[in-house]
Formats: sequence, C-alpha cells, structure tokens
Amino acid sequence: MTDTFQSSQPIYLQLADRLNRQIVSGELKPGDKLPSVRETAVSSKVNPNTVQRTYRELEASGIVESRRGQGTFVTENEDILLSIREKLKQEQIQNFIQVMHDMGYQNEEIKEGLQTYLEGGARHD
Amino acid sequence: MIEFKNVTKRYMTKTALRDVDLKLDKGKIIGLVGLNGAGKSTMMKLIAGLINPSKGSVELDGEKVTRRIASKVSYLSELDEYYSFYSVQQTIDFFATQFPDFNKEKAEEIRAYMNLDANTKVKHLSKGNRGRLKIILTLSREVPVLLMDEPLSGLDPLVRDSIVKGLITFVDTERQLVLLSTHQIMEVEMILDEVIAIKDGELVDHRNVEELRYDEQKGILEWMSSIYE
Repeated sequence: MTDTFQSSQPIYLQLADRLNRQIVSGELKPGDKLPSVRETAVSSKVNPNTVQRTYRELEASGIVESRRGQGTFVTENEDILLSIREKLKQEQIQNFIQVMHDMGYQNEEIKEGLQTYLEGGARHD
Repeated sequence: MIEFKNVTKRYMTKTALRDVDLKLDKGKIIGLVGLNGAGKSTMMKLIAGLINPSKGSVELDGEKVTRRIASKVSYLSELDEYYSFYSVQQTIDFFATQFPDFNKEKAEEIRAYMNLDANTKVKHLSKGNRGRLKIILTLSREVPVLLMDEPLSGLDPLVRDSIVKGLITFVDTERQLVLLSTHQIMEVEMILDEVIAIKDGELVDHRNVEELRYDEQKGILEWMSSIYE
C-alpha cells in the first residue's frame, strides 16, 4: 500500500474504504487476519490511532471481528460480505451517474452507452 | 495532561507568547505550526521547564512545570548539542547514563531501523544522520511527553521519510504525547491527530485533524492558508 490518501477527507474513512475494496475483490479473504494496527500504520504511513479507528469502525459494521489476543479477522458471515459487495457497487454506480448527470447526459444515453460498452467487452479492456 | 493557563512569556520588551490557554491529551501526535518567530520554540521550552512563564502557569498532570519535569519530558531541540568526539554508540551510552528512563534496547532497535552505523563519530555524521541520531535519542526515553522542535528541518526527503516512519513505529501512541513543530506539513500530515496554529505569539486555532477533514473537507495546508493569508 504505497498509494497516498487525500488530505481533505478523513483518513480513517479512506483506509476503511480501501480495506472494504480488498475484501470485495478477494485480495483479503473471509477469515483472513488483518495486519496489526502498527503494521498497517507503518505500511500506509498513517497514525496508529487512525488505523485503530478504522478497525473499530469496520468491527462495528461487522466486516471484521477482533478476537482477544489474536488480532482482527475478516468476517466469514456471508450476509455481511454480500451486503458490502452490494454497497460498494451502489456507491460506484451512484458516483458514475452523478458525474454523467452533472455533464448533462440523459438516462437513455447513459444506458445505451453502458450497454454498447459492455457488449463491446474485451475491445475496451 | 498538559495545560497552559493564561500563559504569557516576555523576553525583555518582546512578547513571545500572549495569554495562551491550551489543553493537550496523552496518546496524541500533535503538530505545532506557525511562521518563524511565532512562539513555537517558546511553547516547547515552557513545557520542558527550560523557561518559566512571565504570567500564568503550565501544568503537566496537574503539577506545575519546573526544571525537574525533565524526568517526564524528552526534548529534542533545534540545535545539535552532542559531543562531536563521541561515536554514535558512545552518545547513546552517555544518554543512557543521564536518564534512568532511557531504554537501551529500544535505542539499538531504532538505530538498526534507521541504518545508522554505531561506530561513526558524531563529527563525521552527515546532517541527515545527525537528524536520525537525535530521533534515536529522543524516542528511546520512556517518558509521557516527547517534544520535537523541527525534527525534519533541513533534511532531505529520504531522511524525513525515515524519521516519519520511525515515529509511527516507535512512539507508544497509547501512552505518549508527541508535540512536534514543523514547516514540513506534507510529511507529517497523515500522522497528526491534532494541529495547533500560533501567530505572533497568540494561539489562533487548535483542531482535531480528522474532524477538520470530516467537517470542512479541508487538509491542514488549506486550513493553514485560511489562517495565515
């Protein structure tokens, strides 16, 4: 994790977002142990207190579980994993649509464009 | 943990700090920013008990700060104050004899982490390596308060980076308070819990950095330019 954070948004949320993406993409698997707070702080070059807060937030939403004396682990709860997967998808779509609307594209154009793009598939990758 | 109560500090006719009220909690890394001459070093020296307020009081854990506070405060000054004829190792050993709370194993760990050769004489160290040595000596003391006056100034980016990583790795963020003054905001931006701005001897603002980002979508630099321009 060498990419940097935006200084104008809370770091603990950006870090949570990053971990959520790693979980959805499978880079972090259900039951995997997260690096310790200190390790994550060093590798992301952020304050350990910030990492602590990220872990707390993720724990509160059930995405990770902390086991006393052992560390923090990605949940194996299917429902939570599916809901986070769905949540990230919705967020991305919302952002995309927002940008398109801001530029003045209509829903029909967007749908059509998406369909053409997806069906064109590999050519665009 | 640290409290300034209506603190004013005058040197002869010049007022270095004026009516400062401030509370700092343990377990935080706090940045102190301000232009040259704003009063940053004065503030640090008051906490270290090296100077006394002209008015008001500075307290640490409810006790008035005096020179004896040195047992609770590790202070890294802007200046190099080491014996140049000592080697790195001898300097570390000397510090260990001066402070009962000095942890030699930790010093060795940080020295290895910083890649600083133990046998080089201080007078032969580059500026960057002297910066590293200062960090080793400051962080090796197991005290509740670490004060660092411009730990990054005049150092090249690689050294600054290794110092910031050293801070993340070796500061005990649950029990220690770190107050560091700096002009290098970019480097420390991601490791600060709080930031304090002073201007012409007065405290202008004291913020929790994550709240600043959350509430105003501002980073420290943007926040500073709204204060200093």
